[in-house]
Amino acid sequence: MDTLTTADVTLSRDELRRYNRHLILPQVGVAGQKKLKAASVLLVGAGGLGSPLALYLAAAGVGRLGLVDFDVVDVSNLQRQVLHGTKDVGRPKLDSARDRLLDVNPHVRLDLHETRLSSENALDLVADYDVVADGTDNFPTRYLVNDACVLTGTPNVYASIYQFEGQVSVFGMPGGPCYRCIYPEPPPPGLVPSCAEGGVLGILPGLVGTMQATEVIKLILGVGEPLVGRLLLFDALGMSFRTLKARKDPACPLCGEHPTLHALIDYEAFCGIPQTNGLAQDDAAPVPEVTVGELKARRDRGQAPFVLDVRKPFEDEIATMGADQLIPVEELADRLGEVRAARDAEIVVHCRSGVRSARAVRMLTQAGYTRAFNLKGGILAWSQEIDPSVPQY
Amino acid sequence: MSTNHQTHTLTDILIPTPLRAYTGGQAVVAVEGATVGQALDHLTARFPVLRKHLFGDDGNLRAFVNIYLNDEDIRYLQRDETPLGAEDRLSIVPSIAGGGADVRAFAC
Repeated sequence: MDTLTTADVTLSRDELRRYNRHLILPQVGVAGQKKLKAASVLLVGAGGLGSPLALYLAAAGVGRLGLVDFDVVDVSNLQRQVLHGTKDVGRPKLDSARDRLLDVNPHVRLDLHETRLSSENALDLVADYDVVADGTDNFPTRYLVNDACVLTGTPNVYASIYQFEGQVSVFGMPGGPCYRCIYPEPPPPGLVPSCAEGGVLGILPGLVGTMQATEVIKLILGVGEPLVGRLLLFDALGMSFRTLKARKDPACPLCGEHPTLHALIDYEAFCGIPQTNGLAQDDAAPVPEVTVGELKARRDRGQAPFVLDVRKPFEDEIATMGADQLIPVEELADRLGEVRAARDAEIVVHCRSGVRSARAVRMLTQAGYTRAFNLKGGILAWSQEIDPSVPQY
Repeated sequence: MSTNHQTHTLTDILIPTPLRAYTGGQAVVAVEGATVGQALDHLTARFPVLRKHLFGDDGNLRAFVNIYLNDEDIRYLQRDETPLGAEDRLSIVPSIAGGGADVRAFAC
């Protein structure tokens, strides 16, 4: 960041007016505003975190903003992705981001990368920017962004959110840790708390993303104390901020004293390799299935099997297909004795899309239920193929 | 980090949202223990399902779960053997991946 040259940068009369409140801050001033204009920032993801990041960095006058996203605006995004509006539903996020950001600040140059960040393109993309802000939503991309930043020597302003909590830190700075120093490995897919327990307070990415944007601006200006070597934890319910020490791990395979990682790897494999615990291995095994058509036919013939819903109770309030019993999959192991079906009875298990119910079928089978079936496609398939009055969510 | 290891000392363990499903919704659990390892043993004895989320089959803390004594990662203290003092507080800090960019909440 020390290499930002502002010798050729000038601010127009309009820009001087626009950035007035920055210019009168001694810590920014004309020199700082020129640094912002000379700087380039890559935003990975134009979603919940990417929205405040892009809006505030554009408004602040960062000269060049790169956005990586390949998604389309969905109405369910609007609860938190304030970069997009109702009129944008169905449009590529980058199109709606471009319109909005150029309205916020026409002086900003936008690079729109409508692609998935991958091991093939990440190094070239990251190397073209001064700072990266990681607003991704999955572990493979987190590790990819981290590794690409370390390998190219690019600061990585990291944030991650879950429900009401967020984490923020700055990785990839000289002497500071990287994401792998803190978390050497991702959780195996089967072990993370069920994604059905997910959800996010819409405001949370707004709060956490603006903290991320603040760190980006501080790095560019070279002011304050960036979150290097510190992991900020934010809890919206307690409205509490805590900082923990984030140490550089001398044994880190990427940035430690004897690194063994010198190139990008296959991050899907890194994050999806079945671990030695039984859970992840079991998750890979196929389970017996029935289709929604078969279930409908059985019900029509008066031969309805016992239907077990393994979603959360609140999901049943959103959409129901008349299950005989509801036990959330997270509680099933402890509540097997409550299942109101004989061990040799036919049981059809359903959830939203069929993933959680597959896990439940495995548990039932292991517990001696010999005729447990997974409803393929879950209640979504039921809504699409059988009963369109059932809401999709 | 006092040297006063009375066994009746209770240490608060802060439970992160993703793991509260396994502590009956409790955000803070007070447990006994003179060391970090003893405190975690008492925690997982009280909430057995939590154990597999914190420890692998080899008994080691999982690579995506960090335990902090106050603001320091126990990896840089004495790990399980780290003594607990009267004012100490433990935090479980797992890696989280969300970016609010997706409807992952219902992805499965």
